[in-house]
Amino acid sequence: MSTLGGAIAWLGANPGTFGTALLDHLLLSVTGLLIGIAIALPAGVAVARRPRLAEATIAFAGLLRTLPSLAVLAALLPLLGVGFTPSVVALAITAIPPVLVNTVIGLNTADPAALDAARGLGLTPVQRAVGVELPLAAPLVFAGLRIAAVQVVSAAALATFIGGGGLGDLVTQGLALLDTGRMLVGAVAIAALALLAEAGFGLLERRAAAGWRDAPA
Amino acid sequence: MRWTARNLDTVAAATLLHVELVLAAIAVALIIGLPLGLAVARAARLRAAVLGGASILYSLPTLALFALLVPVLGLGFWPALVALVTYALPILLRALVSGLASVPPAVLDAATGMGLTARQRLWRVELPLAMPALLGGLRIAGVTLVSAATVGALIGAGGLGVLILTGLDQGHTEKILVGAGLVAALALVLDQALALVQRRLPASRAVPA
Repeated sequence: MSTLGGAIAWLGANPGTFGTALLDHLLLSVTGLLIGIAIALPAGVAVARRPRLAEATIAFAGLLRTLPSLAVLAALLPLLGVGFTPSVVALAITAIPPVLVNTVIGLNTADPAALDAARGLGLTPVQRAVGVELPLAAPLVFAGLRIAAVQVVSAAALATFIGGGGLGDLVTQGLALLDTGRMLVGAVAIAALALLAEAGFGLLERRAAAGWRDAPA
Repeated sequence: MRWTARNLDTVAAATLLHVELVLAAIAVALIIGLPLGLAVARAARLRAAVLGGASILYSLPTLALFALLVPVLGLGFWPALVALVTYALPILLRALVSGLASVPPAVLDAATGMGLTARQRLWRVELPLAMPALLGGLRIAGVTLVSAATVGALIGAGGLGVLILTGLDQGHTEKILVGAGLVAALALVLDQALALVQRRLPASRAVPA
């Protein structure tokens, strides 16, 4: 109980430090996630219809997913230095595999009859991708987004090791200073963010599975 | 590679400790997870509760979990081991329960009809059929733990994370890259080794991956 009291006391005394760390964490996560999605989603659409390329892409994503986040962060340091940029790059790398794999699989499991119909209607490839294929793939794509978001929020906690800031700072500082309150505030906030990301994106995923058109806008 | 050449024993010891930590955590998680999974697989309500709790545990970020356990367990190898077991357990539980749930009821009926006792049915029918799913869980657990054990260096677990963290502190690029490279290699090797076992399983041919 006294450790919990320490956490509350620290939070009460340092709301500004906590706010900055939280904002940094969100900024890191959102930027990394958006860049990852901006790469993985078009790449997934591009390779999905080419079986051999799709298979190679999934294998590559599997390899990428196997790499430990801390190793990726650390390996980027000699290339990109410390701070925000290498952290965001590492987070984007974390976000790519789940989105990429789920986009490819989602597009490949889309009903071929619907695609034929779209072609028969004379839709251009871009219209088909945006209007037909992506909506059909939406449930799996959103599952990929959920996994990516949770992993990015978790990995953003490690950005502290290369000076990227965020809530991980509170944990490492708390450990270094033997300040359990500070450490616990950081840990609880990181855990809460991850669970929130899981729940929020899970909601999106269920809506996507229920069908965009039936869902209230 | 000057530093590495002069500190091969340090690097080897860190690698060995890392492997030990991961293997020990998986072993403990299996010892706890197998009976627990078997117990909850048959009880629908208990299963939902255990799987729900497991997915929350699995969503907890590594750094947060380690930090949350420090006030309770302190620093060092053993607290890190407990944290890693906490990570591996939900993965293995989920894999085992979904593997057991995927056994077709007709197969179970046939086994019972052939006069197998509940125990024989479990060992000869259900567990072999759940094996591919369990191995899939072991693969995920292995990769997750290699990664999590690296962060464990922060709470004194030892292992390859120490090379990375001290390298970062000292601005020692070679140390950082050797640590990061070895951790990545360890994750890849473990994943591929288990994938090989998975492909060798006779039952895996019937179940699409």
